[in-house]
Amino acid sequence: MKDRPNTETPILQVSGLKKYFPVRRGFFQRISGWIHAVDGVDLSVPPGETLGLVGESGCGKSTVARTVLRLLDPEAGSIRFDGEEISDLTEAELKPVRRKMQIVFQDPYGSLNPRMTVGQSIAEGLRAFGIRSAAKRQSRTAELLEMVGLSADSAERFPHEFSGGQRQRVGIARALSVEPELVICDEPISALDVSIQAQIINLLKDLQERLGLSYLFISHDLNVVGYLCDRVAVMYAGKIMEEAPAMALFEDPRHPYTRKLLSAIPEPDPSRKSRAAEALQGEPEAEPRPEAAPEGCPFLSACEDRDASCEHLEDALYPVAEGHLVRCPKASGKVDSA
Amino acid sequence: MASTEDNAGTPLLSVEDLRVYFHGDDTVSRAVDGIDFTVGPRETVCLVGESGCGKTVSALAVLGLIPTPPGRIVSGRIVFAGTDLAKMEEEELRKIRGNRIAMVFQEPLTSLNPVFTIEDQISEAIRIHHPMSEEALRRRCVELLGDVGISSPEDRLSDYPHQLSGGQRQRVMIAMALACDPELIIADEPTTALDVTVQSQILMLFSSIQLRRSMSILYITHDLGVVAGVADRVYVMYAGIIVEQAGTVQLFGSAKHPYTQGLLASLPSRSRRGQRLYSIPGSVPNPARKPSGCPFHPRCGHAIASCRTEYPPMCDYGQGHFARCPVLFESAGRKVPR
Ligand SMILES: Nc1ncnc2c1ncn2[C@@H]1O[C@H](COP(=O)(O)OP(=O)(O)OP(=O)(O)O)[C@@H](O)[C@H]1O
Ligand SMILES: Nc1ncnc2c1ncn2[C@@H]1O[C@H](COP(=O)(O)OP(=O)(O)O)[C@@H](O)[C@H]1O
Ligand code: SF4
Ligand SMILES: [Mg+2]
Ligand SMILES: [Mg+2]
Repeated sequence: MKDRPNTETPILQVSGLKKYFPVRRGFFQRISGWIHAVDGVDLSVPPGETLGLVGESGCGKSTVARTVLRLLDPEAGSIRFDGEEISDLTEAELKPVRRKMQIVFQDPYGSLNPRMTVGQSIAEGLRAFGIRSAAKRQSRTAELLEMVGLSADSAERFPHEFSGGQRQRVGIARALSVEPELVICDEPISALDVSIQAQIINLLKDLQERLGLSYLFISHDLNVVGYLCDRVAVMYAGKIMEEAPAMALFEDPRHPYTRKLLSAIPEPDPSRKSRAAEALQGEPEAEPRPEAAPEGCPFLSACEDRDASCEHLEDALYPVAEGHLVRCPKASGKVDSA
Repeated sequence: MASTEDNAGTPLLSVEDLRVYFHGDDTVSRAVDGIDFTVGPRETVCLVGESGCGKTVSALAVLGLIPTPPGRIVSGRIVFAGTDLAKMEEEELRKIRGNRIAMVFQEPLTSLNPVFTIEDQISEAIRIHHPMSEEALRRRCVELLGDVGISSPEDRLSDYPHQLSGGQRQRVMIAMALACDPELIIADEPTTALDVTVQSQILMLFSSIQLRRSMSILYITHDLGVVAGVADRVYVMYAGIIVEQAGTVQLFGSAKHPYTQGLLASLPSRSRRGQRLYSIPGSVPNPARKPSGCPFHPRCGHAIASCRTEYPPMCDYGQGHFARCPVLFESAGRKVPR
């Protein structure tokens, strides 16, 4: 299928994944339509690598994360974890798989129980992992805290006694407590200050090297993604528009949406005000509307390169180079630009 | 771009030795501890710094909105168009606030009233200061919504805030701020809750509005990327003081304060792939227990003995570039002012 240099079995392989949410209207809350939050997504994370998932707010990134973890049930598609199909497993069958896949959220405060000490939060995971002896749990908790750069006595403290960056470390320690193979990071640093962001990014890299972790890294911040990820998938309105090795994506973006996204990275530019004047002229609000299940390209209405052929698009990603796929026949050279 | 000569003339806003303290049970938190800054006509000035460094408090002080108690403006002049706002009575201030000085805050949903339509809210903002006929009000609302890039504004007048996207809500907030043709807009983290593409549209919007109306902007953010995208000049805050000020290009090209240098060095980017990110050691001080001398000294790699005891003077590098670090100033072969 996809050309990739890493031929090992991917730790995570998602194909044709769909997740719809009902739109309810009126007094009886009848279902009047479906939001296609995830609409046929293919992704693959090779062992020990980091796949970035980027795209604007509401495009479906977190829904991909929650569906992959089976916190939501998919409408269709396959989710293979370490070669095993998990999309149809029962709750009981899922248990051993869940331990190998963990998630770290944007808001470390909301995801930690405020009434439990940090040590208790981490020990909970250890108990679920089957470590029965309290003494063992305690020493493992101390080890985990030190691994993420916190002192062992932090275990006695409550979440509110920590700063945002420290709470994010606790969240990471908790995720690592069950010795996962894959960690899904959903905007793990967006809520943190600049100087703390660097610490957490360094920590994620160190842990990957030491423990051989794989990451699915969800982010708005293209600078972070460009720094951290091996491959990047660009999502728009529930679909992957482009997937490529990170360097290729940034240096040779093919999809018109990817190009628009990359041009939004701010840089110091004294000539910006003169460009601003033209840019505003009647610019339409281009926001993905996952509700309208499109026949053609989902980016159609906002695309500057569109023509009539874009209204009838095959649901496919086209290869443009080694490991570089684009959901746009024009950008891939598959269609003569008339 | 606003030229530096503009600013060398009479600034529109000039803040001198502003100090705002918060009194706790047995602590005094020196949130803003002697800052000076100016905003010239038609200039966009950024106040940048990490969470808790005093950005919002500085803005609230300019607007006369410090909650008293616990807060108190301990000293300072806030000269706006020739008059000292710090000496003004609340009643007079009210005529300026929302009229000659407008503000835009971080979370548009909480600042918009959910039970009123967009038209109600914009009309209200105009009516307070400039009563006019219903028909004229409606025309003005449509014009303002068009100005901020909302398509078919007539159709949007009767919408409620929840019917708009985050980006559109922030545009409405900006329309309200523009309603009375202010001379100065103070924007406190107006794009922090938005994603990259919407953020860059809003930044463009600020620049283009400024071109069409002669207006100054004080833009507050913790995001150096945003600073790069919007500012003519920048003030870097740390622990309640200003540690560096410079033109945007100078600041990104040759920062002169160890803190600014550290922040810039910790930014992830594609060009730093494979390298470990720099991270400033330690953490931001608690404002009730600020270090003596240079407040950055416990985290600074250049600190010498006197940094612990002597408050560092602002050192002038010429062309509007200043940094509050005599150590680097001397090592650049310059003579420190006494
Ligand atoms: N439980 C739910 N019920 C109904 N709609 C939902 C639900 N969860 C998500 N959605 C919708 O699905 C779409 C995708 O949401 P999702 O949270 O995955 O976006 P995202 O890409 O993670 O955005 P952000 O960058 O803002 O986190 C959105 O239109 C959202 O409103
Ligand atoms: N109403 C208040 N009461 C007590 N302390 C406050 C209040 N508002 C702000 N502070 C303190 O003042 C300092 C600066 O806050 P602020 O200006 O909001 O920071 P920021 O730079 O993140 O905008 C912080 O330490 C904050 O806790
Ligand atoms: S004054 Fe001293 S401590 Fe402060 S930034 Fe300069 S060298 Fe560092
Ligand atoms: Mg999300
Ligand atoms: Mg603030």
